[in-house]
Amino acid sequence: MEQLTSGLAKVGTALGAVAIVLGLLLIIFFVGARAKGKLQFPAAIIVFLGPAILLLAYGLIAPAFLTTVGSFKGPNGQDFVGLQNYGWIFTVEANRTFLINTVLWIVIAPLFSTGIGLMLALLLDRMRRESISKSLIFMPMAISFVGAGIIWGLVYEYRDPSQEQVGLLSQIVMWLGVKEPPNWLLFQPWNNFFLMVIMIWIQVGFAMVVLSAAIKAIPGDVVEAAELDGATGWKLFSRVTIPMVRSTLIVVLTTIIIAVLKVFDIVRVMTNGNFGTQVVANEMYAQAFVQFDVGRGSALAVVLFVAIIPLIAYNVIQLRKERTIR
Amino acid sequence: MTATMRRRGAALVMGGVAATMLLAACGGSSSSSEASSAPAASTGASAAASGGAVAAGCEAYADYMGHEGTKVTLFTSVLPPEQQRYEDAWKPFEDCTGIDIVYEGSDQFEAQLPTRIAGGNAPDLAWIPQPGLLQKLVQQGGPVAAPQAVADNVDKYWNPAWKTYGTVDGTFYGAPNSSNMKSLVWYSPKVFAEKGYTVPTTWDELFALSDQMVKDGIKPWCGGIESGGATGWPATDWLEQIVLRQQGGDVYDQWVSHQVLFNSPEINQAMDTLAGWMKNPDYVNGGFGNVQTIATTAFQDAGKPILDGKCGMLQQASFYAAQWASFKADATVAEDGDVFAFFLPQISDQFPNPVVGGGEFTTAFSDRPEVQAVQTYLSSPEYATARAAQPGGWVSANSGVPIDTYTDPISKLSAQFLTDPNGIFRFDASDLMPAAVGAGAEWTQMTAWFAEDKPTKDVLQAIDDAWPAS
Repeated sequence: MEQLTSGLAKVGTALGAVAIVLGLLLIIFFVGARAKGKLQFPAAIIVFLGPAILLLAYGLIAPAFLTTVGSFKGPNGQDFVGLQNYGWIFTVEANRTFLINTVLWIVIAPLFSTGIGLMLALLLDRMRRESISKSLIFMPMAISFVGAGIIWGLVYEYRDPSQEQVGLLSQIVMWLGVKEPPNWLLFQPWNNFFLMVIMIWIQVGFAMVVLSAAIKAIPGDVVEAAELDGATGWKLFSRVTIPMVRSTLIVVLTTIIIAVLKVFDIVRVMTNGNFGTQVVANEMYAQAFVQFDVGRGSALAVVLFVAIIPLIAYNVIQLRKERTIR
Repeated sequence: MTATMRRRGAALVMGGVAATMLLAACGGSSSSSEASSAPAASTGASAAASGGAVAAGCEAYADYMGHEGTKVTLFTSVLPPEQQRYEDAWKPFEDCTGIDIVYEGSDQFEAQLPTRIAGGNAPDLAWIPQPGLLQKLVQQGGPVAAPQAVADNVDKYWNPAWKTYGTVDGTFYGAPNSSNMKSLVWYSPKVFAEKGYTVPTTWDELFALSDQMVKDGIKPWCGGIESGGATGWPATDWLEQIVLRQQGGDVYDQWVSHQVLFNSPEINQAMDTLAGWMKNPDYVNGGFGNVQTIATTAFQDAGKPILDGKCGMLQQASFYAAQWASFKADATVAEDGDVFAFFLPQISDQFPNPVVGGGEFTTAFSDRPEVQAVQTYLSSPEYATARAAQPGGWVSANSGVPIDTYTDPISKLSAQFLTDPNGIFRFDASDLMPAAVGAGAEWTQMTAWFAEDKPTKDVLQAIDDAWPAS
């Protein structure tokens, strides 16, 4: 009974909150609608953009600011320690692993994802039942990184060669005649690449679909003209197709790079950053939420943030250029 | 004009609803935890005892009388089904005293407790699972010193070490509630009987047995330290067992406070002993493969080969008892069952019956008389005995509990050693060290020691380097 009343009270409170916010919005709208003449345009801007800007400020800008401030503070988030946290990131020998690994991830995973995606888009372009094969390749995109990590964890599972094998990869390699397959997740430095395979597996579908659409959008007359001029095969690909889809390629590449920069789930699920596979995002989580060193965690977050800025800037500039061409 | 305006209005209303939903979603997590306390609330109302005179059957609770109709909230990380066993255990107390203990469990306990204290919404009592968290809370402000009656109970019934773990800066805050015992070795009584092995009682016997198993073609030891975000912790437990056994309680305490460094002769010696045990390729890793597989085997899975006869023994805590049923639904944990445990023997007679363990501390955030009454009751042997009589494993280090009260053999075995008046008890060291070490470098470095064969000196030095400066 008590449970029911307290539950009802909570529903009541929630409904009340909804009603209050709605009422406020209605008043704002009413006032905004009354605005006439000169005031009309600014009023419309405030009414429409205001809530979005407020929510952005509260949910994005304020946390970004607080994180930056926090990165100059000590573990408890109280006293200022200057650049000590940044010094720790870049000078401590043990931290080199996650810095190097993150760079490896940024370079290798997006290049392979985009490259394989482009290849598949070309190969599948005029294939029969194109949509079926494309759907199959796109499907991993629907799996979360954590889910993918668990699936691939089973693929890489190691058992002593004398025992019944659980891991798919070990078994395949043993069928191929290798007597003693390595413990994949411990096999340095290759284990980093085994983790990247998961990211590539997920992102290839995305790259393929977007690039395939771009390739199909190349006007037929351009290709025809090139063919009349005698371009075939590789030449047609490198001189016509690639330049025509260049801007799409860049968008795909930068999108995947940004996804890779924040790679956290895969590493956390598969190795938790052990065995020389640590990356910045996972170290950030470990510092902030396992060891409760908010300062170092914030500093790592800022490093990631700063690393992403040039990419986003480049993306924006590219988009602007395209707009002026059109 | 008016038509477009109306449409704009509709869009605005929609936006408003979405924003409110967002806000409601943010608020949701806190309200759901409050809701979970509701089921416990109904029991007390019916139980108001007649004031003054002690009712028949309530004589044992005479000291706690005089608080009819009051409520005491208890916040904990212990979730159902354990919750029901606690509530059943203190039901007579509630019925007699008329105090309603409102049980509130949360799996986000450690994150929520500091927030609730800061928000002026502290529970009356909380079971704090680490001395480190208790220290942090005391610095932050909130915990209230325990009444003298609790201190007297702890002095009388517990190993003296427990009191120090419930004490911060000379003030005693909380008596332990349940305890777990980490100094156990799991084995299969069936295999032991088949091969004619006897349970070892000394360190030398333990390793003579290990060598015998090697001769018989069984890998004597298995282990796994993979544990998601906490990978490495079982390895820190192994190290703690050896340090306490080789060096005794004093060095162990100095190690915890970093007066004895990781890269010191004492800890190096312990690591060498551990290397000859869990990193010995002849001994490990039964059922899984070579030494490195310890790093990739989940600690939950580590014991499975014991049931298959592919591994002889596993060093793991008392709470591992719950794990066996997941390998084999009808696995019995008993001295003549599928699996059982023995005490990891002492190394030196100088340090008898050393036990590494853990537990949680009943800490108060209010000094209202009914809160103190409940806090005192929870430190009494009567409560611990009533709780121990409930089904399922549960151990108290309270020596006032008759050993035969325990309903399962592992709890009984654990309690025997936890209450041994001559034994040395120490809390899990990694839980006492700063989080940067105890939940950071020590985990990752011990994992590297197993996975990458990182040299012992480098491992210990890296842990020392991670120790916070202040």
